[in-house]
Amino acid sequence: MPPTENTPDTPSSSATPSGPNTSASATPAIEFKDVEKSFGPTTVLKNLNFTVAPGERVTLIGPSGSGKTTILRLVMTLEELTGGYIFVDGEPLTFEERDGKRVELPKKRTREMTTRIGMVFQQFNLFPNMTVLENIIEAPVHVLGTSKDEAVKEAKALLAKVGLSDKADAHPTRLSGGQQQRVAIARALAMSPEILLLDEVTSALDPELVGDVLGVLRDIAETTDITMLLVTHEMQFARDVSHRVMMFDGGQVLEEGPPDQIFNNPSHERTKSFLSSVL
Amino acid sequence: MWNWEFAAEALPILLRGFVNTLIATVVGTVIAAILGLILAVAIRGLPRWINWLVRLLVAFIRNTPLVVQLLFVYYAFADIPGLVNVPALVIGFIVIGIHYSTYMSESYRAGIDSVPPGQFEAATALSLPPVRTFTAIVLPQALRATIPSLGNYAVAMFKDTPFLFAISVVELVTAAKEFGGSTFAYTEAFTLAGIIFLVASYPTSLLIQRLDRRLATY
Ligand SMILES: Nc1ncnc2c1ncn2[C@@H]1O[C@H](COP(=O)(O)OP(=O)(O)O)[C@@H](O)[C@H]1O
Ligand SMILES: [Mg+2]
Repeated sequence: MPPTENTPDTPSSSATPSGPNTSASATPAIEFKDVEKSFGPTTVLKNLNFTVAPGERVTLIGPSGSGKTTILRLVMTLEELTGGYIFVDGEPLTFEERDGKRVELPKKRTREMTTRIGMVFQQFNLFPNMTVLENIIEAPVHVLGTSKDEAVKEAKALLAKVGLSDKADAHPTRLSGGQQQRVAIARALAMSPEILLLDEVTSALDPELVGDVLGVLRDIAETTDITMLLVTHEMQFARDVSHRVMMFDGGQVLEEGPPDQIFNNPSHERTKSFLSSVL
Repeated sequence: MWNWEFAAEALPILLRGFVNTLIATVVGTVIAAILGLILAVAIRGLPRWINWLVRLLVAFIRNTPLVVQLLFVYYAFADIPGLVNVPALVIGFIVIGIHYSTYMSESYRAGIDSVPPGQFEAATALSLPPVRTFTAIVLPQALRATIPSLGNYAVAMFKDTPFLFAISVVELVTAAKEFGGSTFAYTEAFTLAGIIFLVASYPTSLLIQRLDRRLATY
């Protein structure tokens, strides 16, 4: 077991995840089509094509700077897509093709689409001016139009799920990093997302707090069919929860496959050297 | 020599002048705080040439003396038929309010800029619409950084109210001067005026400091 992973709840290694709906006929939850992303003159992603099936959990691995964060941020519409298309449930997210032209969707439409997507950040990004409970009910009430009573009820259930029932009225700055991150997970789940994006959500935590957060994520993986796209350096965790691992290098998919194959039997030298550097 | 009789006689007159000082300060602060926020927010979204025009106006207001602005508007209004009868005090707090709004907008802008990008990103990730993002997340956080400096500008504005004498508003200092002119008890009149200023502004400064510390922790 890698030294970085110290989860008290690590399940047996036989916890091979149940299969998502990868049948060819199912509409992908996420589809990248000829995606290109550049920051000014630097092209980070080029001609990127891949799909993620509904309920599938995909881990992106690869050296720093290989574009993993950029991919997640594109799905969350935090970065402008400079070329190609991203589809969610088969529907365009930010750009669509109309009469052979690539046109941007209205912001409001894109915002409707993103209600299906949640994201948890490395730095938590809780709203410090609100209590934990207010953080969680903010979007359900003001985006989905859930009644406040209902939202509070759901928020409390979520707080129980992440083990923070007693922190509902606390302000985020009073919590440890691990607690803040669990609130951030609850906040994302409060929107009942179909897709959850997790970008190195334990990287900013003290090692002893990592286990709790991973435990919560394992629980979500086991008890829901939320599609997950995650970036993590916790290789044991990635192995346990993902259906598929994609190894990125220089903005390209170098190789992909089930975790066992990628971790035990990588076909590329670069994957091997990357894995030996993180394990 | 200090004369208690004159002092006692001056006090009610000075306090009447002080009422105008307070009105100018309070209404001026409200105008400056609202207009300052509008300036800080609007300047981001405006078309370029209007934006440029607003910036020019802001620079103009900041770089000319308040007295000149008071006199300019006072006499300009006197030339406009419908506005001849606008009370000088009203012109006073409008001009002071606009003058200070250019400073307060800068505080707001700095406050908004101090909100970490991660907050905007979290708002996007939750699909919050821009208006809600601004009112529920950005503004409350920006205000924490802004309110103390708004308070300091309010105190500065308070101390600038004697300039209203230029447009013949009888505020505290003018009241003291007029009392001194008729009784020659200048010492009593100005000493009391100074004390009234101090009694009003010192606790306010303390309050701002307290607020500052309170805001520093959530
Ligand atoms: N805002 C930005 N401006 C310029 N370059 C960026 C920006 N964000 C990311 N990049 C570049 O894009 C590349 C991919 O970055 P990133 O997606 O963060 O990689 P990873 O998450 O795999 O470490 C890097 O070379 C990085 O320097
Ligand atoms: Mg990254």
